[in-house]
Amino acid sequence: MSPVRLRTAPEIPGHRSPRRWRLADAVVPAFAGLAFLYLLVPVAYTVAFSFNDAGKSNLVWRGFTWDNWANPCGAPQVCKAFANSLQVGLLSTLVATVLGTLVAIALVRYRFRGRALANLLVFLPMSTPEVVLGAALLAQFLTLRVPLGFWTVVIAHVMFNVSFVVVTVKARVQSMDPRLEEAAADLYATPWQAFWRVTFPLLLPGILAAALLAFSLSFDDFIVTSFNSGPYTTFPKFVYVSATRGIPPQANVIGTAMFVLALAVVVGAQVVTAARRRATRTAAARPEGSAP
Amino acid sequence: MTAAPALELWGVRKEFGGQVAVDGVDLEVPEGSFFALLGPSGCGKTTTLRMVAGLEQPTAGAVSIGGRDVTGTPAHRRPVNTVFQSYALFPHLSVLQNVEFGLRRQRVPDARARALAGLQTVRLAHLADRRPAQLSGGQQQRIALARAIVNNPSVLLLDEPLGALDLALRRAMQLELKRIQAEAGLTFVHVTHDQEEAMTMADTVAVMNAGRIEQLGPPAELYELPRTPFVATFLGRSNLVAGTVVEGSGGVLGVEVAGARLQVPADRSAVSDGPVLLGVRPEKVRLSAQGEPPPSGSNVLGPGTVTDVSFTGVSTAYQVDLGALGVHEVFAQNTTGAPTSRPGDTVHLAWDVDFTFGLVPDAAAAS
Amino acid sequence: MSLTMALVSPAQGADGGASEEVAARRRGRTGVGLLLPGAIYLVAFFAVPVLALLATSLYAPVPGGDVGQYLPALRWENYAAALGKFWPELLRSFWFALLATVAALVVGYPVAYVIAVRARGHRLLQGVLLVLVVAPFFTSFILRTIAWKQVLADDAFVVASLRWLHVLPDDGRLTATAFAVVAGLAYNFLPFMILPVYASLERLDVRMIEAGGDLYAGPFTTFRTVTLPLSMPGVVSGTLLTFIPAAGDYVSASLLGNPTTTTMIGQVIDSRFFRVLDYPTAAALSVVLMVVIALLVTAYVRRTGTEDLL
Ligand SMILES: Nc1ncnc2c1ncn2[C@@H]1O[C@H](COP(=O)(O)OP(=O)(O)OP(=O)(O)O)[C@@H](O)[C@H]1O
Ligand SMILES: [Mg+2]
Repeated sequence: MSPVRLRTAPEIPGHRSPRRWRLADAVVPAFAGLAFLYLLVPVAYTVAFSFNDAGKSNLVWRGFTWDNWANPCGAPQVCKAFANSLQVGLLSTLVATVLGTLVAIALVRYRFRGRALANLLVFLPMSTPEVVLGAALLAQFLTLRVPLGFWTVVIAHVMFNVSFVVVTVKARVQSMDPRLEEAAADLYATPWQAFWRVTFPLLLPGILAAALLAFSLSFDDFIVTSFNSGPYTTFPKFVYVSATRGIPPQANVIGTAMFVLALAVVVGAQVVTAARRRATRTAAARPEGSAP
Repeated sequence: MTAAPALELWGVRKEFGGQVAVDGVDLEVPEGSFFALLGPSGCGKTTTLRMVAGLEQPTAGAVSIGGRDVTGTPAHRRPVNTVFQSYALFPHLSVLQNVEFGLRRQRVPDARARALAGLQTVRLAHLADRRPAQLSGGQQQRIALARAIVNNPSVLLLDEPLGALDLALRRAMQLELKRIQAEAGLTFVHVTHDQEEAMTMADTVAVMNAGRIEQLGPPAELYELPRTPFVATFLGRSNLVAGTVVEGSGGVLGVEVAGARLQVPADRSAVSDGPVLLGVRPEKVRLSAQGEPPPSGSNVLGPGTVTDVSFTGVSTAYQVDLGALGVHEVFAQNTTGAPTSRPGDTVHLAWDVDFTFGLVPDAAAAS
Repeated sequence: MSLTMALVSPAQGADGGASEEVAARRRGRTGVGLLLPGAIYLVAFFAVPVLALLATSLYAPVPGGDVGQYLPALRWENYAAALGKFWPELLRSFWFALLATVAALVVGYPVAYVIAVRARGHRLLQGVLLVLVVAPFFTSFILRTIAWKQVLADDAFVVASLRWLHVLPDDGRLTATAFAVVAGLAYNFLPFMILPVYASLERLDVRMIEAGGDLYAGPFTTFRTVTLPLSMPGVVSGTLLTFIPAAGDYVSASLLGNPTTTTMIGQVIDSRFFRVLDYPTAAALSVVLMVVIALLVTAYVRRTGTEDLL
């Protein structure tokens, strides 16, 4: 890691002693390092125990083995639960992202009666604890005698994800110059073309971030799911339910794999954008050869 | 038979929640002309332009382009293009894709070739692959221009396109714009609040104030014969004195001003009796020392005291305090090499009657 | 309304004025059309269920009926009964959530600061650090909570060290304590604290800090008078995003706590619903939780002068 330096004003001689600065410089990163440790120790445990020769209970270290990784679906139900979580996650992300993006655009770009109410409607689910969301929806499903399962879980996940998508995409819409859409209209683009050729590409980073957030919230959700799933099992629910009997190490294998995958995807994306940025910078630095 | 004007506005009015931004504008812009809309900040220039582009709907009135009424037509179906003040280049597209954008939407067959030609016109073909963020302000400005003109619009709307550029670049771009306008033979409507820019570039200047067009005409005409106090002071500078018309004969009005008698040609005065505001441009005025007889056919005011002399190189500016008539300005060409008066001197102001203009006094104009 | 502002990459400085102006120009049907699908969804699956929950909270048991059978009624005593019985759990939930939020802020702010300010300009480093903050989301949080249980177990390294240092008595333990529950809560919602704070610090112009330094302020004074106020929107978002879910959480308490002294209101609601089939009480407690949080959030946001976040 290259040394990271605080880019503050040059030190003014005689005012602050450089030594005091260097101390202050070190304290905060050191503290942050400890915080990262706090953040990552449980992850490290999860990773380590994916290699545990566990037997029945995966709470005590029994020795190293590759078996769990060789046979990730070895424990009953674990892969089924994982697949269910992926399905719920993908579908609810898709729906929530579409709905939320449209709402975000409407709230930033248009003025209409009831806008304040709409803002409140988006805000409230975020300020409501999950138990309440889960209990309320369950009461509704019970009243209407809707059988609990895949669809009720998807409905519930879309519900709590829409607000997060709205907020994330809204920030992006707000930072986008509205003149660009006007310029598109001025250049003969129909509203539909203006959306797909200008608005959408410019919002895309925000939309992707929102989708990623929605997926991770859905994939990791337990409380709302436990209220609305009935017999249907997602990965977090599987882990929670088996916690009393002993979680199979295969669950750790899946958790670890997801962690590594997320790490790889984001770092990969970072490296690609960094490379592209470097490429365009060299292109821009090229002498204006053909300039008259 | 003459062709329909490129652009006409009939009684166009725009209110924003009761606040009037544009207050009944009538305009006619001939095909192929360079038309400037000049006015102070907030007077409604941008709003007028946006109603022409279709980005804003007028509250009342009609807009027609090339003889066709487009009042209800949405922006994307109007044959006009805009160069936005902030340029509004699409950041996610390359320079070439930006320029191609309008052509592609219209399904023009040789879009790429025409876009490249457009880039050539603004001399930036070598930057075709860059992103807008990688261009200087002046380059972005020219790309925005190319993006608009490649569509060969019936009217090109420019909203303070040079506002963000430094002075040298501004001057260069003014010439460039004129060249492109002449080459392409397009109709330009250019919004600016820089009177010098409007006068050097346009064939016709419309001076706008508080949502209305105060006066419209070729720059020289506006300058030599302003019709309202606003135009007289916003476009260049003027010395103004209030008086009353006391006689009118032989095409010349006699005006009584604080005891003195001045004259103004009747066809240069907006009023023929009652209160009048007489004006003259500072460079038309000569200083005459006490006792020096004024040339015949001159208006004379004074005596007054020189309060300030500033040498600006080409000319010298004098401030003369005429007491109750206020402080007046005189610009004298430096033909003799040295200022002829110094602060404290007592002088008279004299100018040719034919340079005098008569205006409706402010209070009357406002009512 | 950007309660979370951006849990994501920060937006560039918004041209608020211009977009206000343009928004004002567009009105009517298109906007409503865009809003409608999402709004209908939230009404159907959020607003209506919450109202239904409100109704359920007033139900009365069927006279002589089975356990779990209720009739629509207006039995306001349900609230008194529920609160009379479960006020300790309710108070404890807010207390734990508050502690966890403070802990998450103390731990999370420096992390956000280092990523946003110290690592500025080192894009790859920033990216990697951010991923490390977010990636734990993907190992299920239940797995991570169970990992905490292992970390804090009686025979594990942490407890052994603390006993050796005499911070804990020889029979002292961390599992099944309030400490473990609060640590677990703080831990679980830490990314929700770090990301908004990061987003607001990322937007902060380093020249402001320099200006603070130029005006002869020490690093601490600069932080207190310049950096902290400017990152306030992020702090508010982060604390809300931590406090709200923490107050209703029951996973940490049920996995890391004990049955008597660490029970939180979420556990009560869950067990009233599923085990005791006492729907009115569960609903009444949910309503109380929701209302109290709404009041606290409003007061907090007023107090910190960040209403425009909502
Ligand atoms: N969308 C709007 N809502 C309300 N008032 C507006 C709106 N757009 C413009 N106005 C008002 O209308 C008046 C004219 O505005 P306009 O933008 O046309 O001025 P301008 O002549 O272009 O000024 P500038 O030289 O500063 O660009 C101003 O008083 C402005 O505040
Ligand atoms: Mg303007």
